[in-house]
Amino acid sequence: MRWLVLIVGLSLAWAGALAAGDRSPLWPDIPAATGAPHPEGNAYWRANHMDLMRHDRNLTVHEGDRKIAASLKQCFDCHTARDDRGQVVTYADKGHFCRSCHDYAAVRVDCFSCHRSTPEGVDETAAQANALPPVRLGGGEAGSILAWLKRAGPAPRPEGGQ
Amino acid sequence: MSCGKSRLRGKGADISRRDFLRSGAAVASATLAPGVTLIAFGGSPAEARASAGNRWGLLIDANRCDAGCSACVTACADENGWAGNGDPATDAQWIRKVTLRNTTTGHETSMPVMCQHCAEPPCVDVCPTGASFKRADGIVLVDKHICIGCRYCMMACPFKARSFVHEPVVNQKTHAPRGQGTVESCTLCVHRVDAGGTPACVEACAATGHGAIIFGDLKDPESEISRRLAEYPSAALRPDLDLNPGVRYSNL
Repeated sequence: MRWLVLIVGLSLAWAGALAAGDRSPLWPDIPAATGAPHPEGNAYWRANHMDLMRHDRNLTVHEGDRKIAASLKQCFDCHTARDDRGQVVTYADKGHFCRSCHDYAAVRVDCFSCHRSTPEGVDETAAQANALPPVRLGGGEAGSILAWLKRAGPAPRPEGGQ
Repeated sequence: MSCGKSRLRGKGADISRRDFLRSGAAVASATLAPGVTLIAFGGSPAEARASAGNRWGLLIDANRCDAGCSACVTACADENGWAGNGDPATDAQWIRKVTLRNTTTGHETSMPVMCQHCAEPPCVDVCPTGASFKRADGIVLVDKHICIGCRYCMMACPFKARSFVHEPVVNQKTHAPRGQGTVESCTLCVHRVDAGGTPACVEACAATGHGAIIFGDLKDPESEISRRLAEYPSAALRPDLDLNPGVRYSNL
């Protein structure tokens, strides 16, 4: 009986917190989208986006069907996140639309090693460089990792062993 | 138009996927026979899927190809975004200019060489994951979702047509995704072909006035490429391997 009271009490407290609009700071901060909302609802897309995209990627790559809707390219028509300066961010930035949830769910996605994570026309080199933390280099010179890699050039080839 | 039953479970499963995904682009098509498609309500053949009724190919006239011109290579790099980092040891090459020299006469022939889109592609034979595949219309591609970067296909290709992406890539084209750890090669500009267009190299070559490359359907006897192949002598590279490539050369 005591347990029942406790459970009911906790439920009421939780419901009260929800009603008050309190939101745990642990929840992901999802960037707002532009454009018309999904007619199937956000819950449906949250649960099924990976299945929809996988199915359509196979149709496109293998069968040449280009009349598809669940494509990454079209995601970014509406789900483009911007940083404080108003610049479009890439997946390298924590504020990227996909990353806001995937970081929360601890799911690493490989999409953006091949696909661009911004709409066509955005210079990802600049956006990516902004997202990376500045590093202190040997001569006390500060710069981004990408800029440093660019200056350093290709990695030296290891000497052939025996 | 087929409306398969949705295989998705859950709340939205009663919505037929193809219905809502295609809403707003109502095209009805029916395949009457291989290569013959009846399309109604504003559709066009360009919107049809890759069909076994076509086989896309190139005919390259080595006599018309200028040794000093590399417009096709530049156009391909621009179109597909593989320009690279200036390191020839690791940069990708989807298409390259090759010069053949007859050691007896000293005569030199210049021509572009890219994926030959073989009917019997060795890269597909050796691929351990099924990433290397041939579409129904004869275009040989890499499905980079499945590619593990083992590079067997690069070893198997007699034309050295494939490249491995060694470094992280950003700023890809949306129609040509490419990334570190996967193999890639000429796609015959499959995104253009699917939209009813011609590959970027063919357009660039025509724009220079050389017109050395023709693109067309090898299965359509009325296409310009088929008529030229029927009328004039042509050759496949490495004919000894009997790969039946979709890319043919004349005046080699």
